[in-house]
Amino acid sequence: MGDISPFQFQLVAALIFMIGVVGVLTRRNVIVMFMCIELMLNAANLSLVAFSREVGDDQGQIFAFMVMVVAAVEVAVGLAIIISLVRNRDTVNIEDASQMKW
Amino acid sequence: MRFALFWIFSVAALGGSIGVVANVRNPINSALNLVVTMLALAGLYVLLEAQFVGLIQVMVYAGAIVVLFLFVIMLLNLRGSGTTGAEVQPLVKIAGTAVVAISSFFLLRVLSTGRAPWPDVDPSYGTTRAIGEALYTDYVLAVQVAGVLLAGILAAVVLAKKRLD
Repeated sequence: MGDISPFQFQLVAALIFMIGVVGVLTRRNVIVMFMCIELMLNAANLSLVAFSREVGDDQGQIFAFMVMVVAAVEVAVGLAIIISLVRNRDTVNIEDASQMKW
Repeated sequence: MRFALFWIFSVAALGGSIGVVANVRNPINSALNLVVTMLALAGLYVLLEAQFVGLIQVMVYAGAIVVLFLFVIMLLNLRGSGTTGAEVQPLVKIAGTAVVAISSFFLLRVLSTGRAPWPDVDPSYGTTRAIGEALYTDYVLAVQVAGVLLAGILAAVVLAKKRLD
């Protein structure tokens, strides 16, 4: 594969995951936090596919496919929760949805 | 060629994901940056000879999930309605930076150890046919369970429904 090493793909995946973590920790907009969770799932997928290519077996791609299935359902349910949050509280700020906080 | 494509897609993916996080004005811009990230990742999958996963990435992520995000943002009409959010507590900032720094360190330690070169794979690797055959033979139970999981979308309908009272 030319001059690209497996390490470089893993590094890109790790960096995207880190950006997602930073986003969840610093942003307070529920929708943007949710997008950052998607970023983290995608980073894990890239890591799985890169390892799959490195090993030469396509099991990792099947894992990535299953992650995508779960992510699709998760987005549908999560966005429905956000819609009902906005309907009940009229806000997308996570700090305002704290009645279940310990 | 592959090297150039790898850099283009990697920079696009990283820039797009930074755009998702750093865009504090409008969630729509974050969603559009997310599309860039998803498409760049699809390119990286194709570079890794995972054509099927790349295809599904474009259809499911860039095509469906981001559109769902955009629908919700536009449905809720969030522009300027408290989207800036409260100031993050300094403790959270410090904790986040520490988590990222420590985990980056360990990740780099683990990932920079000696790696084998890419193995040769047969031409059927990562094609729709190969993945489909594996899904419907070795992983048929996982496919069935995933099908049941998709019924979770019904939960979304129930949650988003207006209250009947």
